[in-house]
Amino acid sequence: MVNKVYNNRAWLLVLPMLALVAFSAIIPLMTVVNYSVQDVFDANTRFFTGIEWFERTLNDAGLQAALLRQFAFSFTVLAIQVPLGIGIALLMPKRGWQASAVLILITLPLLIPWNVVGSIWQIFTRGDIGLMGVGLRELGYGYNITRNPVDAWATIVLMDVWHWTPLIALLCYSGLRSIPEAYYQAARIDRASKWAVFRYIQLPKLTNVLVIGVLLRFMHSFMIYAEPFVLTGGGPGSSTTFLSQSLATMAIGQQDLGPSAAFSLIYFLIILLVCWVFYTAIMNMQKDKAERGGV
Amino acid sequence: MAEIILKSLAHSYSENPSSPQDYAIREMSHTWHQGGAYALLGPSGCGKSTLLNIISGLLNPSEGDVIFDQRIVNDLPPEERNIAQVFQFPVVYDTMTVFDNLAFPLRNIGTPESKVKPRVREIADILDLTAQLTRKAKNLTADEKQKVSMGRGLVRDDVSAILFDEPLTVIDPQLKWKLRRKLKEIHEQFNITMIYVTHDQLEASTFADKIAVMYAGQVVQFGTPTELFEAPAHTFVGYFIGSPGMNFIPVSATSEALMYGDLSIPVGQRLVDAARRCGTDNLKLGIRPEFIEVAVAPGDGDLEVSVKDVQDLGTYRIMSCYLGEELFKVRLNEDQPLPHGLAYLRFPERWLGLYADEYRVEIEHG
Repeated sequence: MVNKVYNNRAWLLVLPMLALVAFSAIIPLMTVVNYSVQDVFDANTRFFTGIEWFERTLNDAGLQAALLRQFAFSFTVLAIQVPLGIGIALLMPKRGWQASAVLILITLPLLIPWNVVGSIWQIFTRGDIGLMGVGLRELGYGYNITRNPVDAWATIVLMDVWHWTPLIALLCYSGLRSIPEAYYQAARIDRASKWAVFRYIQLPKLTNVLVIGVLLRFMHSFMIYAEPFVLTGGGPGSSTTFLSQSLATMAIGQQDLGPSAAFSLIYFLIILLVCWVFYTAIMNMQKDKAERGGV
Repeated sequence: MAEIILKSLAHSYSENPSSPQDYAIREMSHTWHQGGAYALLGPSGCGKSTLLNIISGLLNPSEGDVIFDQRIVNDLPPEERNIAQVFQFPVVYDTMTVFDNLAFPLRNIGTPESKVKPRVREIADILDLTAQLTRKAKNLTADEKQKVSMGRGLVRDDVSAILFDEPLTVIDPQLKWKLRRKLKEIHEQFNITMIYVTHDQLEASTFADKIAVMYAGQVVQFGTPTELFEAPAHTFVGYFIGSPGMNFIPVSATSEALMYGDLSIPVGQRLVDAARRCGTDNLKLGIRPEFIEVAVAPGDGDLEVSVKDVQDLGTYRIMSCYLGEELFKVRLNEDQPLPHGLAYLRFPERWLGLYADEYRVEIEHG
């Protein structure tokens, strides 16, 4: 028998960690919570407001529209980036210097800072000097992201696809490389079509990296700020104003600390909720398989 | 149904092979008869998997032809060769059920579902997989997965050969013999040519009627397990088959005797003559530990050896002893008296092999 020593002083060892987490997460978050239930006028004047800010935020038509826009944006870019990323990964060379060259080329957009991406595309799409802007006009299309909401939307989606599809492609590429050669050989012997190889060998083996990829991309795209801010400034009108830009306007532009704190918390909870639902759904799918298999 | 012929086949992984060392498979010609159970036996890296992949069409040989029933199939991809291959690590389609896995090759060639069902059931029955048919292949045990991947080969009735690439590597020891017996059963039932790659001599000899022993890219001997044991055609076969392997001593031939250093080895004149005819300095005399006769007292023409140790292996013992510099292993039965210090060996002529440049010299025993 091992004699267990009960010594609650061991909890003291957890203290440094607790302090660290407190400063990095708990205290800042609680400040926001604190603001969200008060109306702050100046350093000495504040009123307790309860859930009033939350109610106002949830009922704000502008924010509701921004939320819908945000979901539309996230799902659009995911719907494009995931299949496109898988496709690129499938086409990438498997070995040799070509593989390295393609990897570097593909990775480049990922290394560019957000607002630089915005600036690049801002110049790229300008009607007077931008390659894409001028090019489209030369082709006879009256392309203008400052006037036409469809153009602005399409450009932001295109920019995000250009910036982030490489992430999905890289993840899938690594997933594909980890499939043993024997699977492809067996599939050839079984006379499987290219589609069957993809459907029954490659896609199942990609599930895990795709879960990570989709989660990352969802969080990223749901929090997108700098790129559309630099490119369109949220316009024309508010057609490309996403949640984080609304929040920045409210918190920094208007100094509405209370409402923006309530908004931040709701924003945070939505991301948490969507990620949790997505993750649980995927995990359940896999567990289901195992259980059905166990019968 | 197929007879597989390898004609002057050679394979090199390098672009411009110049020396024999550049070849993974050195030039060979070989015939695998329809319905035979063959094993390709050899140590890791001897080229046996390369050879298997050439037969299955996953690799294109750099020289020579692969012939299936008089048809050169060099340029045919594996899917057109009517073969099945079972790999070292079980390959199953994880997301499919066992049924769908077995049906996969049939569905790929557009077999009507009404024919798929009875055929899959039949094969599942033979492989004892009926109870697992509705389960996802992902959750099977390793031996069940191997049976599924074998089943995918058996399910097509046009399959003429099944190639196994060390299929029992990942199987638990207690299930190995079960699966091996299953393979044997299937071989008897289906009259399919089976080629089984392994580095395990026990697996090879229990599975195969004939074993091809590979060494450094060459088949050095092709024969029944008994032939490999009693008359190894190459010193490597002697070392590799049997436990412990064959004893070899370097010898030189004078007009009357075979000499190990200054020591004359008592052998018949026939052997001496054969050795002299070889015209090489690289002569070796080989004998299996099982065939050496041991005496505790010196007799006429016996070789005196000093005993190093005796290992008790239950039903028999292995005695290690030195003849000059050369370490000899001798098998002693339980009831044989144990020599101490010195022992006296006698080599029965019938079990002595003469090897010139590592290859056995055939000698007519009168």
